[in-house]
Order: sequence, then structure tokens, then C-alpha cells
Amino acid sequence: MKKYTYTEKQDTRSGFGAGLAELGKTNDKVVALCADLTPSLKMADFIEANPERFFQTGIAEANMMGMAAGLTIGGYIPYTGTFANFSTGRVYDQIRQSIAYSGKNVKICASHAGLTLGEDGATHQILEDIGLMKMLPGMTVINPCDYNQTKAATIAIAEHEGPVYLRFGRPKVPIFTPADQKFEIGKAIMLNEGTDVTIIATGHLVWEAIKAGEALEEKGISAEIINIHTIKPLDEEAIIKSVKKTGCVVSAEEHNFLGGLGESVSRTLAEHFPAPQEFVATKDTFGESGTPEQLMEKYGLNAEAIVAASEKVIKRK
Amino acid sequence: MANIEELKSFATQVRRDIVRQVHKVSSGHPGGSLGCTEFFVALYQEIMDHDPSFNMDGVNEDLFFLSNGHISPVFYSVLARSGYFPVEELGTFRMIDSRLQGHPTTHEGLPGIRIASGSLGQGMSVALGAAQAKKLNKDSKLVYTLHGDGELQEGQNWEAIMYAGAKGVDNIISTVDVNGQQIDGSTDTVLNMGDLKAKFEAFGWDVLEIAEGNDIEKVIEGLNEAKEHTGKGKPVCVLMTTVMGNGVDFMMHTHEWHGKAPNDEQLESALAQNPETLGDY
Repeated sequence: MKKYTYTEKQDTRSGFGAGLAELGKTNDKVVALCADLTPSLKMADFIEANPERFFQTGIAEANMMGMAAGLTIGGYIPYTGTFANFSTGRVYDQIRQSIAYSGKNVKICASHAGLTLGEDGATHQILEDIGLMKMLPGMTVINPCDYNQTKAATIAIAEHEGPVYLRFGRPKVPIFTPADQKFEIGKAIMLNEGTDVTIIATGHLVWEAIKAGEALEEKGISAEIINIHTIKPLDEEAIIKSVKKTGCVVSAEEHNFLGGLGESVSRTLAEHFPAPQEFVATKDTFGESGTPEQLMEKYGLNAEAIVAASEKVIKRK
Repeated sequence: MANIEELKSFATQVRRDIVRQVHKVSSGHPGGSLGCTEFFVALYQEIMDHDPSFNMDGVNEDLFFLSNGHISPVFYSVLARSGYFPVEELGTFRMIDSRLQGHPTTHEGLPGIRIASGSLGQGMSVALGAAQAKKLNKDSKLVYTLHGDGELQEGQNWEAIMYAGAKGVDNIISTVDVNGQQIDGSTDTVLNMGDLKAKFEAFGWDVLEIAEGNDIEKVIEGLNEAKEHTGKGKPVCVLMTTVMGNGVDFMMHTHEWHGKAPNDEQLESALAQNPETLGDY
């Protein structure tokens, strides 16, 4: 089993900021918009270097989404920045009509997704955004796992023609993916091969899945661990191939089990290779205030929860 | 300038197209379409510098965004008769497999449409983005929009109106179709919006008025004046008073024909009031 280590922790939103700053230098069609959250989205470097390509909309997300759609008319590639809650639920109809149905090349970049936003509480902790966005025809949905992968994804989506939802977060998490790893939209990354259970994780839960794999190995259980950074389009082939080998699956995500990655995995398996599945996800509930660690433990979104789910699902084979 | 009589005759044909489209499928929105006929004819036949061969980016062209997408019959008729697509296609309005969806969309690739609209209140934001793209592209052409007066009850408009004023987006001309009607009655009784001129001015806009929005000469005069007001640091608003259902006597001055199709007899009467000029599709 491959061992993953890290020397530094960083927030994925900083990976977005770094990626955006690099795009500012390399792609003169990239423009950015923000609804009064530039420090939270780490957009300062882009703005400082490209003030003419930045649009501050004020606290007016609906207008921001519409403007982003309009900026594509004339050839620009707009990146919108605000919290995940205000990037999706608050502006769902604007995204649906002006961006998705209109087929506009807008990159909706959403920070502070999920419970790990922490102390601000449930008003800001959206756990439904993956579901909302994956239901929109033509929308690509990406949830990278660490700083490097978020930076790479931010850069990669500029080359993809069509609307993209890029989801990232606030807490500092281990950087373990290689800085030079190419980001391929829709391509799963095999982190560890195994034979007893497939663990499919996205976002912050990928590192937890790696830790769970180590704990399972100590118990004599061989876990195959897959990083699904792209929830839509889903790498169905990788999932089916793995589950055909292991016979069962655990999905892990910082999201409601209704509408999330787990359900996409279930649908894929139901169509092609039905298998027992356990869901490490929030279970149809809102979040609450607390530290990220406390919340992830209380809502069962950590390595321990993945280990328990793996042991349970193996028994169901 | 085009001959006014020719434009009037163009408008008469558009009114025929509107009622015929709506009648055929027994659905659609004739009232607002008829009220804005002169505006569309003026815009596409006289005011805008545009290319019917259609390119989505529209660089170095004037652009138009229809925010109140339900008045698609007038939009489709004027686009077709301005050369964007064959006029025969008007016969497919709202039918299965048509590019002429109930509300305008880019999704089926209909030339002339740059954004989907229908869910109200979104058009101005999109137009502002397109206007900012023009500035980035050093493109001196203008962006035009049309909004219903009732549509201004949607809050997103005021986000956009605030942005445009605050940021001095001065390459946009937003026209409001002031017909005073909406589905549940008059705009004053449903939700009175007060003094729209004062509201736009308070948000930093330069506001002009066209008192007779169904007089094509007055519409052209008003829009030409609006053009003169662009490029001076402020967005330009045109409050254009129209009569809903204009040109078909039984549809005028009422909200009843907002989203209702005429029956056979009513169609006959509407067509008799608007004799064929350019040839029916």
C-alpha cells in the first residue's frame, strides 16, 4: 500500500486564489467577479495584477451570475467567487436560466463549502450544493481535495468550454497531491489499490479516506481508495472496474447523502453492477456552529467513520 | 433613415405574425408583443448596427437582450423578417422540435438569441456583463435591453440598476415597456412601483421618456436621443409608454390578453385590422 505524507497544510481556497492569479498571467480572456468576499476567496493577487479584469458587484449575487453570463458574450471566461451557499442556492434560477440553459462558459467558484466552514453555522454551511449543481444539464461539478489539486483544477477549467461548478473550502488540510499533477476533468485518481472494499471520496474526505485505508490495513483489510474530484461527469468506468474487484463500496463526502457523490455512485452501480454501499455523508440534516474537527466528528465525516462504514459494508457482501 | 411608411407597413406585418403564431398553437403572449411592435421594428430596422449572419460574441455590433422573454412572438417575427432565419420558421412557434421555443433560448441555436429569458428579471444583469465585455474589447457599439414594467418587481433588476449606476456603465440603453399591465391586473393595483423615473435617477441613471411608444417615428426619435446620451458616464434608461395589445382593438388597454391566444373569429378580426404587407409566412 502506498503511503501518503505531507509537510504542509493549506486551505483549498488558497489553491483557487493561486490558480486564478496564474490564469491572470497566462490567459487574457479570464475575468473575475466577486460579491464582496475577495479576502475569503483569496482573489487579491489576481485583482492587484489585473484590476481591469475584475468586477466587484457588491453583495448582489444574482446580478453577479447574470453579469458573468453576459461577459462570455464577447469572448471572456468569467470566474465568479463567493461562498458555496451564495454560489448555488441563493442564485439557482439565475444559474439555471442565464448560465446552464444558455450554455454559457462561466466558472462558478465556491468557497466555504460544507461543515468545515465551522463556527458561522448552518446558514453558511451548504450541504446541498453538489446535488443542486449536478442536476443542471451540461454543468460540470468538481470538488478537489487539497491546495495543489484545487490550483490545478482552477487552471484546467479555463480550457473546458461550458459551465463549471468548482467547490472548495476554508480549513487548512494536508497537501498530498503532487504540485505537477495534471488535472483531468472527469478522470478518477487511483490512490491505493485494494481488494476488500472500494472507498470513493471527494474533497476534504479524500485525506480522511487515505487515513482510513491505513487503519483498515492494520486490521487486515485491503481498501482500494479512489479520489473522485469530478462528480459530474463521473468516471463510471473507474468505479465499476473497482467495485467488480472489491464487491462493495463506501462513498465519502462533506455533503448530504441525498443528492451527493454517493447517490451518483449508487446510480452508476445500480445500472451496471449492483453492490452494497455505505454512505459517509450528512444524513438529511443541517449543520451547526463548532470547530471543523468537532463538526466532522459529530456528523460522522472522518477517517473513523470511513473505517466503520467499510467494516459494515464488507459484512453485507 | 428608412421611409416611415415602409416601417409602419413592416410593423403591420409583424402584428399579423404575432397573432398568427399565437393562434396556431393556442398559447403565447400577444398583448405585450403587440405593444412593443414599433420598438422592435425601430430597433432592428433603424437603430441598431447589427449583422443577421449572427455571431454569438457580436463584437463591433450593437447587441439586444430581451429580458421579458414571454413577448417572444414579436422578437421572432422581427428577427426573421430582419434576415436572421427563414420567416417560414415562424410557423413552428411553440411546436415540438422547434427552435422557436415558448420563451427565447440559445439552447436550440436560433440565430439572434444570445441568452435565454423567461424567468423574469435576469436580462439587465446579462446585458451589463456584455456591456463590460464591450469595454474590455474596446468595442464602441452599444447594448440595448427591453424590460416589462411589471418585471421591475423582480429584485435582481435593482441589483443590476444599482451596479450600472454606481459603476457608470454608459454603453447600455435599457428600455422599460410601460404598459401598466401585468397578469393579475394593473401594475398600480398589483404592486405599485411609484415613480420609476425618480427611482432610476436615484440609482444614477440618465432617464428619457417616450410618451408615445406605439408611434414609430416617436420611438425612433427617442432611441436616437438615447444614443446621444450614451458615453457620458451614466447608463441610459428609456421609459416607453405603450398600449398593451396595440393594433388589435379588442386586445388593447387590458391585461386580459397578456398570455391568451385568440380564437378563429378573433384571429380573423385581428388580421382584418392588420392587412398583409410583406407577405404572410
